[in-house]
Amino acid sequence: MLELKDVCFTRDNKKILNNINLKIGTDKFVAITGPNGSGKSTLVKMIMGIEKPDSGEIIFDGKDITNLEINERAKLGISFAFQQPVKFKGITVYDLLKIASKRYITKKEACDVLSQVGLCAKEYVDREVNGSLSGGELKRIEIATVVLRNSKLTIFDEPEAGIDLWSFNNLIEVFENMRELVKGTTLIISHQERILNIADEVILMKRGKIEEIGSSKEILEKTIKPTVKCCKVKKEGGK
Amino acid sequence: MADTKLNDELLNNVDEGVLGEITKLDKIKEGAYNIRKNGQGIERKVTENVNIVTKTDKPGINIYVKENTKFELVHIPVIITESGLKDVVYNDFYIGKNANVFIVAGCGIHNDHHKDSQHDGIHRFFLEEGAKVKYVEKHYGEGEGRGKRILNPVTEVYLKKGSSLEMDSVQIKGVDSTIRETKGVLEEGANFVVTEKIMTHGEQFAKTIFDVELNGDDSSTHLTSRSVAADNSKQYFISKVYGNAKCFSHSECDAIIQDNAVVTATPEVTANNVDANLIHEAAIGKIAGEQITKLMTLGLSEEEAEQEIINGFLR
Repeated sequence: MLELKDVCFTRDNKKILNNINLKIGTDKFVAITGPNGSGKSTLVKMIMGIEKPDSGEIIFDGKDITNLEINERAKLGISFAFQQPVKFKGITVYDLLKIASKRYITKKEACDVLSQVGLCAKEYVDREVNGSLSGGELKRIEIATVVLRNSKLTIFDEPEAGIDLWSFNNLIEVFENMRELVKGTTLIISHQERILNIADEVILMKRGKIEEIGSSKEILEKTIKPTVKCCKVKKEGGK
Repeated sequence: MADTKLNDELLNNVDEGVLGEITKLDKIKEGAYNIRKNGQGIERKVTENVNIVTKTDKPGINIYVKENTKFELVHIPVIITESGLKDVVYNDFYIGKNANVFIVAGCGIHNDHHKDSQHDGIHRFFLEEGAKVKYVEKHYGEGEGRGKRILNPVTEVYLKKGSSLEMDSVQIKGVDSTIRETKGVLEEGANFVVTEKIMTHGEQFAKTIFDVELNGDDSSTHLTSRSVAADNSKQYFISKVYGNAKCFSHSECDAIIQDNAVVTATPEVTANNVDANLIHEAAIGKIAGEQITKLMTLGLSEEEAEQEIINGFLR
């Protein structure tokens, strides 16, 4: 349902995305992982249209969307949860959810989706989406805005970023239920083993390239485990 | 005068349209009211607790609210439909001890001609101990003519021990030039909250001056100005707060600029007492690009996204 062909993106003489070729199937839960600066966020922003590639094509549901605007892609069925949720003075959680849902929703429907992402709905529905909310609360509201859209493709740009471990442990359950919450395909950037473990496929990126695609077990064995072993040896050597 | 129906012979469609922009028509009838049109009072209703008396020395009215009044509505709208009229009015509100009232004032100008129409409303509020007032003021202008629609409201608020006044002021459309002055003098434990929302476009000009003296211990004030300046319009925000006792003040100017608009914010806070806690914040800038991007990911066009952001900001 999504295909990237030879996608390249260079900024300040640095190849951020270097000839990306990728196919993602329908109703899959796909995780992207890899070190900081490997191009993960840029890649998903390309798919939403927040960044445009210097060359290459993006095909969604058989349609070339490379030159479409963000809102046109949204209408075709792509949703995007930001790494850093955007704040709005004066716009309430309910307002934002109404905009997100593409139709009029009742306060009860808004509350239901807030409960799904683990917020005590009544406390939040009329609050402004501003700096008075904590990072974890904003994250959950951000997730609610995309869950509500029921898109064919839902993208999460590193949902664990910027929130403390305790809040994330609660949030992770939301993602573990994500297969029921979100219809269609989910594409999620994450470094969390628990998230990688629920993915059908894990894409490992390094230096602007796709290094490997495999199951979470395969990817974790190849990346994290050798590092752990290496640390052990060093420790023993120091004795 | 104690009729509960608005008089159709005195108010035509234009009047009711303009009036509807500054207040809810059906609400007017619920309490005391005084409607002024083109420089003259045309309709009035008083109640058991709220008396309205015409001033004899200058244009305007005195409004007396009895002490311990539980909750009452008072409407004092002004309509100007005559081009070239300069209307100055002095309204004084005397709010009795522990009374609680909701006051709606405002001015709607309909100017279809080429002469300037101007309304300067000077409102003074004298609150006795423990009194509580919610004051809503709306300003609105419309009409096809080149004549300017000018509104210069002055609000003075004198708050005795433990009293409070919350003022909401809105000027969203059609006023070419405005200078609004709001002054507060607070005694012990008094609280003064002002929330002002302004939108200017075209060649419009808006200037806001807040001047608050916190004279009593535990007095506090929150002054908030949210504004949007578009096209070639200009806005000027001045806020002066004097902390003369153990007090708290928070003033905030938050503005969105678009096109070639100009916004200037000049905060001034003076602490004359070591226990005065005075804060000022000012933020001026265009709509954040990330806000537009977020709303576009939810399916709105760039223009629709800007409109949603501004509507929310000015609500």
